[in-house]
Amino acid sequence: MFTNEELGTMDQIIARYPKSRSAIMPLLHFVQSIDGYVTERGIEMIAEKLDLSTAEVTAVSSFYTQYKSAPVGEYHVGVCVNTLCAVMGGDELYKTACDRLGIGNHETTPDGKVSLERIECNAACDYAPVVMVNWEFYDNQTPESLRELVDGARAGNPPAPTRGPKKLRTWKENSAVLAGISDGLSGEGVQAGEATLRGLKVSKSAGGKK
Amino acid sequence: MSKLTPVLSAAWDQADSFTIDGYKRNGGYNAIAKALGMSADDVITTIKDSGLRGRGGAGFPTGNKWSFIPQGDNKAHYLVVNADESEPGTCKDMPLLLANPHVLIEGIIIGSYAIRANHAFIYVRGEVVHVVRRLQQAIADAYKAGYLGKNILGKGYDLELTLHAGAGAYICGEETALLDSLEGFRGQPRLRPPFPAIAGLYAMPTVVNNVESIASVPAIINNGVEWFQSMGTEKSKGFTLYSLSGHVKNPGQFEAPLGITLREILELAGGIRGGHQLKFWTPGGSSTPIFTAEHLDTPLDYEGVSAAGSMLGTKALQIFDETTCVVRAALRWSEFYKHESCGKCTPCREGTWWLVQMLEDLEAGKGTEADLDKLLDLCDNIAGRSFCALADGAVAPIISTLKYFRSEYIAHQTNGGCPFDPVASTLFDAVGAK
Repeated sequence: MFTNEELGTMDQIIARYPKSRSAIMPLLHFVQSIDGYVTERGIEMIAEKLDLSTAEVTAVSSFYTQYKSAPVGEYHVGVCVNTLCAVMGGDELYKTACDRLGIGNHETTPDGKVSLERIECNAACDYAPVVMVNWEFYDNQTPESLRELVDGARAGNPPAPTRGPKKLRTWKENSAVLAGISDGLSGEGVQAGEATLRGLKVSKSAGGKK
Repeated sequence: MSKLTPVLSAAWDQADSFTIDGYKRNGGYNAIAKALGMSADDVITTIKDSGLRGRGGAGFPTGNKWSFIPQGDNKAHYLVVNADESEPGTCKDMPLLLANPHVLIEGIIIGSYAIRANHAFIYVRGEVVHVVRRLQQAIADAYKAGYLGKNILGKGYDLELTLHAGAGAYICGEETALLDSLEGFRGQPRLRPPFPAIAGLYAMPTVVNNVESIASVPAIINNGVEWFQSMGTEKSKGFTLYSLSGHVKNPGQFEAPLGITLREILELAGGIRGGHQLKFWTPGGSSTPIFTAEHLDTPLDYEGVSAAGSMLGTKALQIFDETTCVVRAALRWSEFYKHESCGKCTPCREGTWWLVQMLEDLEAGKGTEADLDKLLDLCDNIAGRSFCALADGAVAPIISTLKYFRSEYIAHQTNGGCPFDPVASTLFDAVGAK
């Protein structure tokens, strides 16, 4: 059973919306923050809370790739293999991750620490090739940096994201943020990476506008 | 002299640019006092007169979109911001929100006031947790400061703002799919009409705007229509973010007046990576037909790019040099559309799978020249035959690469496979890829 505190949080999530059904997505993120993936008991509880059938909740859950129907690792590694990242090294990075971890797409290491996914464009193309771990940015990756990253993740001590909090949070912890529950870490990390500031710097060194 | 015009990006180099204090130090939240002192209709007129057009791809005039909301209908109105940035190559809204979420919130307050909405939503993609954190904190701080909630600035205007994280579905960037998703359904596009302005979120009048469009509003209110119109071209006014990625020396965000050319941006970015030449590029993400070196001087505004046979789209300039196999690129983009097709319309759901199968054969050198015509015929049966533009986007890379590089497709057949070494196009050498 979910705890009373968890059930209370679900009610607060539902209260954000004019119509309760809109809460289905944050509730699914919330279930993942507790159970690690979308469990049967999670689907049943969401259905009960929103007065829907479990089939209706499952239909939504199964549509979106971030909702997992089986456990993923504490650190979920996504290697971008969309065209630009793939061409610039994403395909090699994916191979590197497979070799190092001994797993393939949508698989998890036997110790439950790290899982792997081929992901689509994650809106960081100016930092290609890009890897996401628990949906935090790891910019400008190389095979060396990725090996360090996955080795660190397996040892429970991954390096910090490039543009994110000082310490990488777990899959469950980040799922709670996606459910709308603040972890108070918004102040950590850079405001912008180097590529983000490229045009601004060029403009300033050229002596201003126009 | 630089052709760049940093407005949205002007303060991004300040370490606290994302905080409410940082934003206010740079004049943030001054525009809401001004806007709430105007009539709602005057705000709409100002945005209309400025010529601001949607920065999310379609380029529809923002003020016109706002003016379509029926007034005095005693219905709830909604403003929904599309922050589901996921068009391949597109990477402007996420860095904007990471560096300055408050400019979006200020724009939302002004836009919601203009369309008489008392509840607004930000639909942000779910795969960017730190962006979600920054937005959460910014919204909380804006409530604390009295910019959101009841009786904003004592002007009698109320606004609630809800942040909603998506869960990994490209299709939710399509505005009606986004609304279905926000209502708690599978994100599938709706048949139009009715348009969202009449029956949008919860069947109420709704405006859906891109992040950059709404973020541009405070500057227009502060500086005026003439200032905004002093930048850009005749029908494409103002400044915008161009996102340069790929085989260039210095990729990144370049904020410039609409109408700048790729040649000019490449000069500012140090050019193509050393020892290589431009082969092909997208002007606005993978759904916009590719360009080649012959388009270096095409003005990157809505009209200029259209006239040259593509679309301005999201201004995602993805640059590929001569080491890149164009068939591999088309195949990989096709795999993306196959993965992201929502499954509602048969031509897109089935067709994108067929496209991938044919392109796999062609890339492996197992196709025939007749397959190229079959491929185009297939594209013709997908584009324009589905509810939304995903199907049109899916065929754009194929038709355009065939247009400019048909001989390269054929070379795969004569060569018995791909003639390119994929390692040559990576940023690191082969040894490291072991």
